[in-house]
Amino acid sequence: MSANPATAAGSDVTRATGWGLAVAALVVAGIYVGSRGLRDFDPALVSYAGASVFAAFGLGYRYAMWLRRPPTRLYWRRGWAIFAQKGARRHNLRVLGRLVWDNVVTQRFIERRSRVRWAAHWLIAWGCLLAAAVTFPLSFGWIRFETAPDSQQVYRAFVFGLHILSFRLDGWLAPLAFNVLDLAAVLVLAGLFLALWRRGRDRGALVVQQFASDLLPLALLFAVCVTGLFLTVSTHLLRGLQYGFLSQLHAATVILTLLYLPFGKFFHVFQRPAQLGVAFYKRAGEDGAPARCERCGEPFASRLHVDDLKQVEAALGVRYGLADGGHYQDLCPACRRKTLALAQGALWQAAGRGPERTETHG
Amino acid sequence: MNGEHAFFIDHARCIGCHSCVQACEECDTHRGQSMIDLETIQRPDSVQTAPQVCMHCEDPVCAQVCPADAIKMTPDGVVQSALAPRCVGCSNCVLACPFGVPKYQVELDQMMKCDMCYDRTSVGKRPMCATVCPSQALAFTSRAEIERTRRGHAVNEWRFGGETVRTQVYVMVPAGVPAVRVDLLRRDGLQAAPRGAAPPVDDVAVLLGEA
Repeated sequence: MSANPATAAGSDVTRATGWGLAVAALVVAGIYVGSRGLRDFDPALVSYAGASVFAAFGLGYRYAMWLRRPPTRLYWRRGWAIFAQKGARRHNLRVLGRLVWDNVVTQRFIERRSRVRWAAHWLIAWGCLLAAAVTFPLSFGWIRFETAPDSQQVYRAFVFGLHILSFRLDGWLAPLAFNVLDLAAVLVLAGLFLALWRRGRDRGALVVQQFASDLLPLALLFAVCVTGLFLTVSTHLLRGLQYGFLSQLHAATVILTLLYLPFGKFFHVFQRPAQLGVAFYKRAGEDGAPARCERCGEPFASRLHVDDLKQVEAALGVRYGLADGGHYQDLCPACRRKTLALAQGALWQAAGRGPERTETHG
Repeated sequence: MNGEHAFFIDHARCIGCHSCVQACEECDTHRGQSMIDLETIQRPDSVQTAPQVCMHCEDPVCAQVCPADAIKMTPDGVVQSALAPRCVGCSNCVLACPFGVPKYQVELDQMMKCDMCYDRTSVGKRPMCATVCPSQALAFTSRAEIERTRRGHAVNEWRFGGETVRTQVYVMVPAGVPAVRVDLLRRDGLQAAPRGAAPPVDDVAVLLGEA
């Protein structure tokens, strides 16, 4: 730990600001290069691109601040070191593939908490990822569409300026390509309804939920989806009624969501993959020596974990070192609980009498 | 939480009935799973049992060591279970808590803990465990009432080596004692097991040869 916490905090902020600016600069460079010097950049989407750059800054900043925390930093370093260990990389890549499938693609770990929760999360997550896979490349000028010069019935798709495919407007691909964001909105809306239904019925969730962290993100996603679908309704059913206003309204909701991205619940999208590193860390711990409790002698964790935790505690200023040279961290949780009761009992013994009861309190 | 009331543990009153353990499962935030541990202490020499609920530290070590920043406190000082979207299941909190409270739920890959029945205490009711405890070893009442009806006084300060921890939950100690000091076992009449020695027989199941 730094001798001066204020100085340390100041340097953390400076470093994190630097990371935020670097990530934002990377996105700006990506936009410039990917849109071929802005030739493919659509000026109508500049507000989306601008909000994305700000979100990139926020994400870089918050991620860097998060990594400054001693426990996070330790897991980050250990996780990568274990993953990149020589001789185990191929095996680790296979394991990583399985972990990504289980934790990111299917997200089945949420199903073990509640099937409704899993369905809601899966629909929202994949709806958002689908929308992001379309929106960001479009607003960055990485993807563009144009009508073929020799036929009004053929559309051509370009990625980074390269012609990738052509499709007919009366073919099966055209409605899918033009309505992919509607499809994403429907997925997200289905997930939102399930999420709100669960929240409305789960008394535990009702007690601890907070508007800013639990309901605002759902409200933002709802606003993005509904205003996006309004655009399709206006185009196909209302002959473009109020399309200009609706497109501005939709842009406003998307931009608000992008600005919220680094600071609210959505940050877990970037934070949660740490779970994969923890999985590697746990495997490495299981392969190594166990830590045995100083009191009962039973193994209770990996030696790697307990020793690392002592380092983290020292960095945090948690002083578990004991007068006799021992360390409180070397006690298993069960023996800690017993020790507390014994310590309290010893106080009564030292006082020469037990805590006799005077009357029963109802 | 009710501003006038606090949670008190009086280990000497525990009769080991498990009512608290069972009632804890009724809490809405972890329905079906008990977050209370009931330990048997030095079984060959004593019938003492000790219930352990979360002590709700003022500056919780569990939250400090959480790499995912997943453990939060309510404005009234109740330390909550790890936030499900953030918890990465690393068990740092389980190992670092000085009171041995958080539980890693393997099935859920998530930490859960006693949240002082926030569904009840946030609307002025007593926690389930304190409601059902027949001997009031676990009590949710006013400090004045507890000190009127018990010997000693209530303290919420603990010292683990060089670390001082203040908690929202109190324990009963003799008058004049400012804090409970835990300085590895030797000072308070306990001995650390020599490395490689057989574990002390603490549990009934071990005594009966069932473990």
